[in-house]
Amino acid sequence: MAKIVAGVATSHVPAIGAAIDNGKSGEDYWKPLFKGFEPSKKWIAELNPDVIILVYNDHASAFSLEIIPTFAIGCAESFAPADEGWGARPVPVVQGHPELAWHIAQSTILDEFDMTIVNKMDVDHGLTVPLSLMYGQPAAWPCPVIPLAVNVVQYPPPTGHRCYMLGKAIRRAVESFDKPLRVAIFGTGGMSHQLQGPRAGLINSKFDNDYLERFSKDPESIVRIPHIEYVREAGSEAIELVMWLIMRGAIDEHAKEIYRFYHVPASNTAVGHMILENV
Amino acid sequence: MSEVEFEDIPGTLLFDAERSRKGYHLNMFCMSLMKEENRAAFRADEEGYKKQFPMTAEQSKAITDRDWNKMLELGGNIYFTSKLGAFDSLSFQQLAAKMTGSTQQEYADMMLHGGRSVEGNRSKSDWKNRG
Repeated sequence: MAKIVAGVATSHVPAIGAAIDNGKSGEDYWKPLFKGFEPSKKWIAELNPDVIILVYNDHASAFSLEIIPTFAIGCAESFAPADEGWGARPVPVVQGHPELAWHIAQSTILDEFDMTIVNKMDVDHGLTVPLSLMYGQPAAWPCPVIPLAVNVVQYPPPTGHRCYMLGKAIRRAVESFDKPLRVAIFGTGGMSHQLQGPRAGLINSKFDNDYLERFSKDPESIVRIPHIEYVREAGSEAIELVMWLIMRGAIDEHAKEIYRFYHVPASNTAVGHMILENV
Repeated sequence: MSEVEFEDIPGTLLFDAERSRKGYHLNMFCMSLMKEENRAAFRADEEGYKKQFPMTAEQSKAITDRDWNKMLELGGNIYFTSKLGAFDSLSFQQLAAKMTGSTQQEYADMMLHGGRSVEGNRSKSDWKNRG
């Protein structure tokens, strides 16, 4: 049987991708950020998962306002990096895992989560920046990736609690897959940031660090945080943090925290990162 | 929970159903700039190109003026308007500086010093009181 062995939470700031792609990661501005991910790169090289389920949001790249799925699972053979308006990122094409993805879709739908099945989808920085942070610049990504896109652009996004419960359903799905795969799940986005309007640039380190601590030790205490609290306290785009809760739901409540990192700023955003392992 | 609560957050517009309906064509115009052939057509004739999208005159003017906050007020969403920003070679940070009325340097310095504090920025009453 397949099992979920670890969870990775990380922000997915587009400027981080641009820094990597343009060879700027050694600059003073970026050095502390990339240094913070060095232990994570070593850790994932050792873990060497067979598949990654990557929870992220599309930023008006694959989905415009024509179709706005709340939860969309990528079941295709592969996913091309999206052209986000200035050409696609020079990163490898993402290979999917259609067999496991379809199994998860089927299992979660019968488990009463109404997933949207996607057979053609380009993936934007929301998905590729976390891979770059964890794996650097390989010629090919080391394992297949199942994209799970969550709507956080059009209000309302799913609630934190719904996301957490979906994580648990994904775990049940993976554990009922009849192949001995070791699966990692990524929850991406956040932490505090606001990109829009006169309040842009909002950062709330206190909120973020409290969130990281509770995310690790007491996830049940944060699943009921209402949307208004994310937006008011941590900025309109901090609502992306509900995606972390899908990852968290798929991991043991009392998981082992392997690593934690927090850094301000990356462009407009507070970068948070955590690695959890199932025991 | 009511959406009315969100309206009390200063300098922040929730992209809710009403704004999404109002801004649909403005946002779809921005979305069209994802394609190089459309960027070329827009570059060649901005006013003519915009006519394909049934926007209001006010929305169209906000685009011509590159009035980024106005676009949001008229139903634009930042992930869409940022595509017009990308067309103008503006990064998210440069756009944010413009929307906050700061120079790029001032904005970048604010971010380097930990960003905009939530203190004094939670409620419209905070902004009113600061005069």
